[in-house]
Amino acid sequence: MAHGMIIVDEAHCKGCALCTTACPQQILEIDTQTLNDRGYHPAHLADPAGRCTGCAICAVICPDACITVYREARAKQGGGKDA
Amino acid sequence: MPKELLKGNIAIAEAAVRAGMQAYFGYPITPQTELLEYLSARMPELGRTFLQAESEIAAIHMVYGAACTGVRAMTSTSSPGYSLMQEGLSYIAASDLPCVVVNMMRGGPGLGNIQPSQGDYFQMTRSAGHGDYHPIVLAPASVQEAIDFTLLAFTLAEQYRHLVILAADGQVGQMMEPAELPPLLPVAEERPVWALTGARGRGKNIISSLHLRAEEEEIANQRIQARLLTICANEQRSTEYATDDAELLVIGFGTAGRIAYSAVEAARAKGLKVGLLRPQTLYPFPEDRLSRLARQMRSCLVVEMNAGQMIEDVRLAVAGRIPVRFYGRMGGMVPMPDDVLTAIEEAYALHAAVV
Amino acid sequence: MMQALREPTAEMEVIYQHPAALSECRTHYCPGCTHGIAHRLLAEAIDELGIRERVILVAPVGCAVFAYEYFEVDGCEAAHGRAPAMATGIKRSCPENLVITYQGDGDLASIGAAEILHAAARGERITTIFVNNAVYGMTGGQMAPTSLLGQKTTSSPAGRMATLTGYPLHMCELLSGLQGSTYIVRRSLHDVRHIRQAKKAITTALRVQMAGLGFGMVELLSSCPTNWGLTPEQAMGWIETKLIPQYPLGDYKVTDEAKALEKAG
Repeated sequence: MAHGMIIVDEAHCKGCALCTTACPQQILEIDTQTLNDRGYHPAHLADPAGRCTGCAICAVICPDACITVYREARAKQGGGKDA
Repeated sequence: MPKELLKGNIAIAEAAVRAGMQAYFGYPITPQTELLEYLSARMPELGRTFLQAESEIAAIHMVYGAACTGVRAMTSTSSPGYSLMQEGLSYIAASDLPCVVVNMMRGGPGLGNIQPSQGDYFQMTRSAGHGDYHPIVLAPASVQEAIDFTLLAFTLAEQYRHLVILAADGQVGQMMEPAELPPLLPVAEERPVWALTGARGRGKNIISSLHLRAEEEEIANQRIQARLLTICANEQRSTEYATDDAELLVIGFGTAGRIAYSAVEAARAKGLKVGLLRPQTLYPFPEDRLSRLARQMRSCLVVEMNAGQMIEDVRLAVAGRIPVRFYGRMGGMVPMPDDVLTAIEEAYALHAAVV
Repeated sequence: MMQALREPTAEMEVIYQHPAALSECRTHYCPGCTHGIAHRLLAEAIDELGIRERVILVAPVGCAVFAYEYFEVDGCEAAHGRAPAMATGIKRSCPENLVITYQGDGDLASIGAAEILHAAARGERITTIFVNNAVYGMTGGQMAPTSLLGQKTTSSPAGRMATLTGYPLHMCELLSGLQGSTYIVRRSLHDVRHIRQAKKAITTALRVQMAGLGFGMVELLSSCPTNWGLTPEQAMGWIETKLIPQYPLGDYKVTDEAKALEKAG
């Protein structure tokens, strides 16, 4: 079961792909099937196996603040607020 | 308030303080430096902001910043420094900000000298920085007028949210005369709604002269032009002497106008029907009054301390109806009344020639 | 096969999101340009310090000319290079406000060199975010005072030659020698670890202003994919292999009081 997930604001995304390179799980990719209204292919989560840990690395490197990161509120792990 | 013997530079500085000026940023340059020196002690005394900047460029942009926060801000300089301030003036005007700038003109061009001059007329009335706009330009000819016009400058600046330039020359700044200072106005506590004070309890305020889309820039320009129309309609100011039955109209502003007054008096004593019109606003130029006076005159004689700049505005107002002649001195030379009287007599003699 | 999650599950909470101080509108920056990261970090710092309603932002002329559109704070537009002077006028008229200049290398190190030098020398209580990407971005990639020797730009087509245009300008090193400087550090935005360090530096710089200690500047080595002719990822690599050797990261001047604020953060 995925511990986290992310949602990319496709309208804001410019397809720079920095998040796809930075993601430790390599579960982010550029969605070449979609074009936003500015003609960019937005990034999106491709995580069928639910490997996203909600580490937020993608959001930290995103130049357009497109990524909202969700993570399971694990009491024992005490995943502290990021950054 | 009793009259005091005041030096022009000091009078302007204290008048600005009494008008509630909250922030002054300047730079030393003769012949206006005493204004800055005086404020370096006076402003902190009242808990107000004074700073000598690293250049006139920095000074005008500090004034621009202060004006953005809605405080009464001013700087003073002289011709070369005024040239350095041009870009800042354009930004201030484009941002619809009230602001007062004193230009104590001196001999030029180039480094020139420190004698009084009126060589910046065009650079104040026509092009105070790039783009379509004119600042309001007030031209005092005495220490008392320098005081009164400093107050007027702040009033007009805020009334029209416009740039106002006090066009004096080294003589107005350096001479001492008895004059009366206004009462001390408190600094305004309230800041205008458009001012940058921090977006507390409201949406953000933005002050910018950037309009990348031409449609918006044209609208911004139309707003400025509409303002100028109102200013031209309401703020033309001049004073006259002996114009009722005059046939020759002498026209001069500031120190040149004051000297011309003595020459006109002398000409009148000789029975010549001569009058004087002294523009007090250079922008808006008193074209309405001059246009009406031109109807009764046979010619005009423009007296300036430059190569002839205001003469162009005179020609525009006179519109070719009568000859417009010129007497001027350049390079910081101040004309003597006798020289002006000679020019008057020569111009007057030409009337007789024309049957 | 697990259906990929479309929605966060009930147990998930938001742990990272668009900062409130950053406007919702989209920016005009090129894809991958780290101006966007610098903006986001500044907005996050403003949010965390709870100072959004006190900030007045002074935008430069350059790629960040629209910076005031992108922050939910009062803002204004300075003439090219004059932001530190404008910020001085603002701060001295509104000492309770937090005044920030956001400037590029052409704006700060070239036309505005005198203004930044004197703002620091005066110990002006403002905070400068200095984005150094070694070119004039907005005007199409010309050489800047921070361009590297040998760097090809649209105005140094044969590569920058010291004999012709001198040497790169090191602003942190220059300003750290001034007594008025309280917090002068250089960070980078080329990877997540460095971005987090940059965030701390920006937060500390703002704390320095909040405590009224003196002048603070954070220089951020930044990318310009478009004018460097590189992909966003390659551009991050160029920062690491080319910019950082010329512009070593680190603390160039941090007074004891500023150090204390850094720890408190």
